[in-house]
Amino acid sequence: MEQIVFQRPRYLKKAVFHYCPGCGHSLIHRLVAEIIDELGIGDRVIGVPPAGCAVLAYDYFDIDMGEAPHGRGAALATGIKRTLPDRIVFSYQGDGDIAAIGTAETIHAANRGENITIIFVNNSCYGMTGGQMAPTTLLGQNSTTTPGGRDQLRDGGPVDLSEMLAIARGSVYIERTAVNSPKNIRRTKQALTKAFKIQMAGRGFALVEILSPCPTNWKLSPVDSLKYIDDTVTKTYPLKVIKDTVGDLE
Amino acid sequence: MRGSQVIGEAAVRAGCRFYAGYPITPQNELTEYMAAAMAKTPDGTFIQAESEIAAINMVLGASMAGTRAMTSSSSPGVSLKQEGISFLAGSELPAVIVNTMRGGPGLGNIAPTQGDYFQATRGGGHGDYRSIVLAPASGQEEADLTRKAFEYADRYRTPVVILIDGMMGQMMEPVVLPDPIDPRKLPEKSWVLDGAKGRPSRIIKSLILNTSTMEEHNWKLYRKYETISKEITAAECHLTQDARLIVIAYGTAARIAKGAIKRVREMGLKVGLLRPITLWPFPKNKLVEKSRVVRNFLVFEMNTGQMVEDVKLSLEGRANVHFYGRPGGIISTPDEISKVISSLYYRQHLEEE
Ligand SMILES: Cc1ncc(C[n+]2csc(CCOP(=O)(O)OP(=O)(O)O)c2C)c(N)n1
Ligand code: SF4
Repeated sequence: MEQIVFQRPRYLKKAVFHYCPGCGHSLIHRLVAEIIDELGIGDRVIGVPPAGCAVLAYDYFDIDMGEAPHGRGAALATGIKRTLPDRIVFSYQGDGDIAAIGTAETIHAANRGENITIIFVNNSCYGMTGGQMAPTTLLGQNSTTTPGGRDQLRDGGPVDLSEMLAIARGSVYIERTAVNSPKNIRRTKQALTKAFKIQMAGRGFALVEILSPCPTNWKLSPVDSLKYIDDTVTKTYPLKVIKDTVGDLE
Repeated sequence: MRGSQVIGEAAVRAGCRFYAGYPITPQNELTEYMAAAMAKTPDGTFIQAESEIAAINMVLGASMAGTRAMTSSSSPGVSLKQEGISFLAGSELPAVIVNTMRGGPGLGNIAPTQGDYFQATRGGGHGDYRSIVLAPASGQEEADLTRKAFEYADRYRTPVVILIDGMMGQMMEPVVLPDPIDPRKLPEKSWVLDGAKGRPSRIIKSLILNTSTMEEHNWKLYRKYETISKEITAAECHLTQDARLIVIAYGTAARIAKGAIKRVREMGLKVGLLRPITLWPFPKNKLVEKSRVVRNFLVFEMNTGQMVEDVKLSLEGRANVHFYGRPGGIISTPDEISKVISSLYYRQHLEEE
């Protein structure tokens, strides 16, 4: 008998990703699409894509999607969710998007305890605009605007957005994961699933920060990028549950 | 009722169920009114946002989700909203934005002016777009135009700006409010994002990478603006039948001009008022029509001269266009304006014709 072991998730369109080889966005898209299917929310989920490499996410997800201006995902998701409280609303944002221009919107949505889910893809650079320094760029990390490496005195240090959001009174679940190994990918899927379930249960603001490779701007091979996350990125951004006031949902 | 409250109540009665705003003088009465009104409306949402940028983006989201949504602010706050207004225009989404203008540029002052005419009528944000701009000049018109603002926003899927100043916002006048609309009875929108239940998924966006598709989109918007110009342009003509000089003014300035015209009429001067109600689309045809018999127009604004450019563009040299204005929140008196009118009248020898 024929057995299907791997196929395109139901909520991904039959389109070819524009992402660079080895980019984490592709993996994370797939995980999100699988979760939407598994949770059975495909006909009541509304996604908010960012400006950034994932700006074309609506070309890939087969769900309702509404584009936000750069950084404003949390505000836009707030508007949708408050209008349609029984729908499931998520925003998908890069680190430049969420931790620079959109910091205020994100922190205040968390503080209000908006019942939304945010997928925060941290590749420690501005991917789409060509690899400039992001708020999350590591100390010493090269970028096109920190040619000798990021310097604390000149450029400031990496912004710990997730930790900042954990302080916000309305956030209930913040976890940092990565997509650089099968184990971490499984962990990421669990975290994302939990974040969506929290929204389905009406429990408040949940965000998953995902450390993701950007081989193109890191100027590393896809394989070396995965190693770089383990060896270097997680030293600044350790993988952990940063806040969880919900506990087990089952 | 105060002007700001009239707009608030008219918005609720127009079926507005989403309001997000951020405090700024002189429009806080409207934000406060919406807080109280939405609390009383079971399906209403009020959010005091963390900034004007957040507020307009919440409105962007609410609009995508299909509800009648509004935000309000005053000049510096509206500058911050321009990003979102541009996205509303590009994504073809309805929304109502109230600007209670104050002195500028910069932090300026909180006195009534009309300094944001350019910002409102030229699009204001980035890109090749226009917003419908409505300029009420009385409490009654604030009520009626607020109703229309929501209708136009939905009909044309475009942002609509209600442009007033602190004076219009504070002024108390008796009004007849329009009957409330049940938003559930409004025509269904074929494009909303509400989860793709039983239909193909939808996308609302303004990013168009392909250059020729982008051009096509801009031409489509342009054609829409052409249609709007044909369908909704409005102006009031007051004592223009026999006029030899027509004053052009909107909002508070138009009310002052009316007082001034009353005085000069008593002196026997044949002066009328043409009051644009839609600032964009500008009532160009009305002006052209009047220019067939009237050779002189006086534009009066509470700024150093912004609408006067639209008057000149409309008339294309068919008549003399004069200007009088004062910025900075100084409100001219009817007496002052009647002197400006009469001296112009005699200088142009209009009494001899
Ligand atoms: C208002 C505004 N400012 C700047 C930009 C340019 N811009 C587009 S994407 C981006 C940064 C993207 O970086 P990130 O959010 O980390 O996402 P990534 O591309 O790395 O996935 C910037 C600065 C913009 N689109 N809008
Ligand atoms: S630039 Fe980086 S983030 Fe963007 S698609 Fe390429 S690898 Fe991914």
